Amino acid sequence: MKVRIKFSKCGALKFIGHLDVMRYFQKLMRRADIPIAYSEGFSPHQIMSFAMPLGIGDESIAEYVDIELNSYISSNDAINRLNEKSVDEIRILSFKEIPEGKAYNAMSSISAASYEIKIRDENKPEFDFEKAFYDLLDKDQVIVTKQSKKSENTLDIKPFIYEYNINGDVISLLVSCGSVMNIKPELVIKAVFDSMNKEFDEYFITIKRTEMYTGVYNEKSFKSLEDVGKDIL
Amino acid sequence: MIIFKKEKEMEKRALSDKILLKIDKPARYIGHEINAIYKDKSKIDIRFCMCFPDVYEIGMSHLGIQILYDLFNKRDDVWCERVYSPWIDLHQIMKAENIPLFALESQDNIKDFNFLGITLQYEMCYTNIIQILDLSQIPIYAIDRKNDDTIVIGGGPCAYNPEPIADFFDLFYIGEGEVSYNMLLDLYKECKKEGFNRQKFLRMASKIDGIYVPSLYNVEYNEDMTINKFEPIYEDVPSKVKKTAVEDFTFSPYPTEPIVPYIKATQDRVVLEIQRGCIRGCRFCQAGMIYRPVREKNIEQLKEIAKKMLDSTGHEEICLSSLSSSDYTELKELLTFLIEYGKEKHVNISLPSLRIDAFSLDVMSKVQDIKKSSLTFAPEAGSQRLRNVINKGLTEEVILNGAKLAFLGGWSKVKLYFMLGQPYETNDDIRGIAELSNEIAKLYYDTIPKEERKGKKVHITSSTSFFVPKPFTPFQWARQCTKEEFLEKARYTKECMKEQINFKSIQYNWHEADLSVLEGLFARGDRRLSKVLLRAYEKGCLFDSWTEEYKPWVWDETLEECKVDVSFYTHRERSVDEILPWDFIDTCVSKKFLVNEWLKAKEELITPNCRQKCSACGAAVIKGGVCHESKN
Repeated sequence: MKVRIKFSKCGALKFIGHLDVMRYFQKLMRRADIPIAYSEGFSPHQIMSFAMPLGIGDESIAEYVDIELNSYISSNDAINRLNEKSVDEIRILSFKEIPEGKAYNAMSSISAASYEIKIRDENKPEFDFEKAFYDLLDKDQVIVTKQSKKSENTLDIKPFIYEYNINGDVISLLVSCGSVMNIKPELVIKAVFDSMNKEFDEYFITIKRTEMYTGVYNEKSFKSLEDVGKDIL
Repeated sequence: MIIFKKEKEMEKRALSDKILLKIDKPARYIGHEINAIYKDKSKIDIRFCMCFPDVYEIGMSHLGIQILYDLFNKRDDVWCERVYSPWIDLHQIMKAENIPLFALESQDNIKDFNFLGITLQYEMCYTNIIQILDLSQIPIYAIDRKNDDTIVIGGGPCAYNPEPIADFFDLFYIGEGEVSYNMLLDLYKECKKEGFNRQKFLRMASKIDGIYVPSLYNVEYNEDMTINKFEPIYEDVPSKVKKTAVEDFTFSPYPTEPIVPYIKATQDRVVLEIQRGCIRGCRFCQAGMIYRPVREKNIEQLKEIAKKMLDSTGHEEICLSSLSSSDYTELKELLTFLIEYGKEKHVNISLPSLRIDAFSLDVMSKVQDIKKSSLTFAPEAGSQRLRNVINKGLTEEVILNGAKLAFLGGWSKVKLYFMLGQPYETNDDIRGIAELSNEIAKLYYDTIPKEERKGKKVHITSSTSFFVPKPFTPFQWARQCTKEEFLEKARYTKECMKEQINFKSIQYNWHEADLSVLEGLFARGDRRLSKVLLRAYEKGCLFDSWTEEYKPWVWDETLEECKVDVSFYTHRERSVDEILPWDFIDTCVSKKFLVNEWLKAKEELITPNCRQKCSACGAAVIKGGVCHESKN
């Protein structure tokens, strides 16, 4: 049985990198005695795969890991056991059965992610950020330069920014994410600073991932990774 | 008492996000690991911070701190936290921005703690101790500390000669911490009640078994630089400090819920200490002498502990810890149990280096991939003659029989460990290293017919380290080689290797020589060396045990600047009548025994191990372990 676990990663644990989160979950499965399936071979490992890694320094209330179970456990029981053996900064939010098949795999099916971004108090820009933000994103095209290892490419990211909004000091974005087009939220904020000819450093902002989605935006298929699954009763 | 793991004081961090995002591995500095202990500060009498003066991944792998952390935190009146050496990147930021060093759990400044306990595992961490004191903003010399300053206490194997670092410490704990620490903490609490007086506390502490207060002793020197007198200043201060050792090892406190780091520590597994001490009595080995007598943990207790630790940590691997696991009397049953339990729970067994025989090979084939794993032998010396000198009871016959069995079982990788520069070593002994390596390679080709080798060659890796004489060993009086002599020995070893028929199957590695000389200096140094350590730190020496950070030229410069006669401390054979800087410590192993062993070494005479025959070393005064086995 394939199961999708949704979890949060906040507080001090934002300084823990992706590989260490994987190690953390392997040990958590053992502590909580979750009937996870192991691979075959001389050194069997847990069958476990994570969706999109989170950057060091970012928080999230919607991280996902898919695992394979080899016997029954109810969602409620599993969530309780996992949370009892986990730190406060990583909370298990849901534990749901998902359909078999590669198409449903967390990593390959992800299409979009939403973020809440804040500018740190000590880095508040001198210009009117909200005005600059809407001025830029309301345009038909948002051209950014995307740096790859070898070259610099210009790219119109407007088609990949699905929703954008500022409420008080919270900037919300819903952007394309995954293998087709991966828009990092800092790229959008940097574009706003660039449009005002101001220097930008990734450190200026804090990022919290709020959800990850699958399917095509604005179509029926669009839903959160969590909604793909159903509770095990 | 409230230990709130779940509602801990949220989000206090001593370092800003800006710093944490800039440095390497910020997870070293944030605490909050699984099984870390958080307490309500307002209900605590004693704040204790335990330090391993090296980087987090190394320090978190150390069993001793986990034992004491657990022991202290079981008390309602103590909150024990941890600190490790900030890596160079953070060190520079903390110096530049004047950020005081902090404990991982509360993130409070170390200088506001009652105690800072520093474990002393190897000499090359001594400059890191100064870093810890400096960054903590605690006066570096104990003499400069005021009444309410943090009390700095050292412990661990290097505390068996604490003299080179004595000036930096208020106290040392000599022996096994499980025994007297509670008494020391109780005394501190008493003293605090009636208005704390540092001097009075230290004076009273000096009477507790295992506690050494360096400021209460005076040293006088002879003109030839040797020690003339080493005496307590006051009559009521004991002239000998007696080491403490656990008597009932089976039921001594053990951390069944050890902390699990987020980042991968060097020792990323459950560590099961099956016994303490060693029956063997190799003459170069300090651990084999200071941890006497050998004491085993009962097997049923070990099974319980193993299960609990695996459950509470979720580790996927378990290893056995001891000086010589093959000597554990119920090893067979223990390994059989662990293999069975491991299968069920998907836990790997990481085997310690076992004596190679049919049983250990059978175990190894069950838990390791034969193709990848290697056999390990530590003959330590190349010839039987020199093995007798060092009392290493491993014969060539045993090695070759073990290797043959292993080759037949499918192994083809062998690791051999030797030491260069031991007392009475000759070129013939060195040649023996190469010849033994060759002999094992030859044995492979003789044992395994060509058609069964599948084109495979045998891989022999022979490594030599340089011998450093250590206090409280029979070789404590020995002369250590100079750097040039060491390098010449390594060169000669290499030359002999090249002459061997199978040299293409042998890889030879050797260690740095400067570091061994420096280690030797501090291992047998005295109080006059503290200024060198401070000066070396000021000139930028830090993390000396890390090859890429070790700066031999700065050390050379500093030793010259401080006018230290290195050869006095290292390249000089001491007379057995000389007062040694560590003579004030009573390890229960008598000086008479050590002198006798030193003489027997010269005569190439073997001393039987503790289970074959008691040699009356003196350790029997401790009421536990091998000395009393037959009398139960």
